Amino acid sequence: MKQTITGIGVSDGIAIAKAYRLETPDLTVEKLTIEQPELEIARFEAAKAEAALELEAIREKAAENFGEDKAAIFSAHLLVLNDPELESSVKGSIEQGINAEFALQQAADTFTAMFEAMDNEYMRERAADVRDVTKRLLAKLLGVHVSDPSTIDEEVIIIADDLTPSATAQLNKQFVKGFVTDIGGRTSHSAILGRMLEIPAVVGTKTAMASIEQGTSLIVDGTDGTVLLEPTDEDTRAYETKKVAFEQDKELLKRFVSESTVTRDGHHVEVGANIASTEDLPLADKNGAEGVGLFRTEFLYMGKSDFPTEEEQYDAYKTVLTSMGERPTVVRTLDIGGDKELSYFSTPEEMNPFLGVRAIRLCFEHPEMFRTQLRALLRASVHGNLKIMFPMIATLEEFRRAKGMLLEEQEKLQADGIEVSDTYEVGMMLEIPAAAVIADLFAKEVDFFSIGTNDLIQYTMAADRMNETVSYLYQPNHPSVLRLIHNVIQAAHKEGKWVGMCGEVAGDPLSIPILLGMGLDEFSMSPSSILKARAQFANLSKTEWEGYIPEILQMETSEKIIEFVRAHS
Amino acid sequence: MEKKTYKITSSEGLHARPCSMLVSAVTPFKSEVTITYNERTANLKSIMGVMGMGIESGAQVEITADGADESEAIAKVDEIMKKESIGE
Repeated sequence: MKQTITGIGVSDGIAIAKAYRLETPDLTVEKLTIEQPELEIARFEAAKAEAALELEAIREKAAENFGEDKAAIFSAHLLVLNDPELESSVKGSIEQGINAEFALQQAADTFTAMFEAMDNEYMRERAADVRDVTKRLLAKLLGVHVSDPSTIDEEVIIIADDLTPSATAQLNKQFVKGFVTDIGGRTSHSAILGRMLEIPAVVGTKTAMASIEQGTSLIVDGTDGTVLLEPTDEDTRAYETKKVAFEQDKELLKRFVSESTVTRDGHHVEVGANIASTEDLPLADKNGAEGVGLFRTEFLYMGKSDFPTEEEQYDAYKTVLTSMGERPTVVRTLDIGGDKELSYFSTPEEMNPFLGVRAIRLCFEHPEMFRTQLRALLRASVHGNLKIMFPMIATLEEFRRAKGMLLEEQEKLQADGIEVSDTYEVGMMLEIPAAAVIADLFAKEVDFFSIGTNDLIQYTMAADRMNETVSYLYQPNHPSVLRLIHNVIQAAHKEGKWVGMCGEVAGDPLSIPILLGMGLDEFSMSPSSILKARAQFANLSKTEWEGYIPEILQMETSEKIIEFVRAHS
Repeated sequence: MEKKTYKITSSEGLHARPCSMLVSAVTPFKSEVTITYNERTANLKSIMGVMGMGIESGAQVEITADGADESEAIAKVDEIMKKESIGE
């Protein structure tokens, strides 16, 4: 029966294919005491035999579809599964009265730890093989089903609760035409991957896993977040037409790739890319980014078992800076806490995490962690056009303290004879209303501001945008928000400083004309939004919109402002 | 007990592929087959044991087989080492 599910469209495009459910079963195990070890060993042997049969079948299928090369990984998995050392370790624990699941988990942890500790990237990655095999075997012991995305051999749309990096690594990307996930937002893994592969992605659907069965025909529209189940022929035809139109538009936008962003009346603004890892760089380039307006460094810290070392961070920053060359690269220091957590680092339970110890506040609590990042950034500064930005600054003292720590690290490095660029800039993320109100005071001390709209709106309206009941208050074009932004830009320009914006609003066609009129210098957005924005700027006159600003700032509601923008663009 | 020494020549050392070949080749034998490198010894029938040693190209390793079919096991290792250019 035809049915529609909606979520947040986070990667544009249209996909028409069948659903492939990516199951991520609960594989948590408990330590239990068992009475009859011989029965437990028999259970382990049976699970192992089942897993082996499954792996053989997958191996054959992979060999058939993708050749022996790709199948070799499963041969290796079979050897791991049958490894005598693993077996004797598990059996040894079972004989001491431990249940098979826990015994297996323990043995696997020992082996993964051994691989992870090795001084060789290739060997460290083998830990993932051990984990994959353990998962399969655990699932058999627990009697739950595990998906095998590596065996996908026809065009599919992936349906999942959420995508983990390890699940996406196994995806055969040539057959994946779209993503639908129940949880997540614009920055979740599926969203980023969708934009990188330039396939549609819809996240936050909540009910997709519950209502979409394996093999259901689907249409996914990543532009507006619609997912159609079992569409009629008529729907399919309509969306095929829409898909063709979308692809033609994309072709047309390509002419903007190597051009700079210039308004109809000849003013230049910078349109940059928001990136989360070095993997996003090709996408930024492909879309003609004039800089990186936001490098979210927290992704270097996520999906790991421990803090990234100074060396690892230095490598990542160096890669980004080298690749961007002369183009400005704004790196935001660690922003965790709030809704972003690290598995190896326990952040305190708080009543209001968004008003608690997050971002720069957390960095002050853990100065060594912060200093490691600052050192890595300073060392990388010689490789490009670096701009360091501190998140969640509310008071001048905070900015001074963070900058002070940065300068201390710089002195230490220089004392050790390590070169640091003397042209890098230090700025702050402007996302707390308190800071926006006293932007004139900050402007004397910072090199630049970058306005983070997601948080600025949420804090200005005192409304959690994930809370549906109050999400109506999340209004990017609300007079209060626009007046704050205007105040920040005015204050900065008075001191000769530049202002960027790296929230989603910077790429919103309804906000772009207003921000241009206010004099925003840099607009940073998802790489896939850049060309569309550049095309829009080419049609806008800065002088004209400058003239509209006083009138807009007197308007009473978002509705009136949006109406005005629509009528004048 | 039979022993034989090799110098690993495969360019990436004992990575997954050469490791898999050796492990698969010796698993059917009844004898205990081990590999010694840097004074550490691992069961050559255990892929994780062998890979865990992190044996790199140019390393000297000693293969030992002990059991009823030890000569056959060593002969098999020798065959794989040479045929697949893993060591000499």
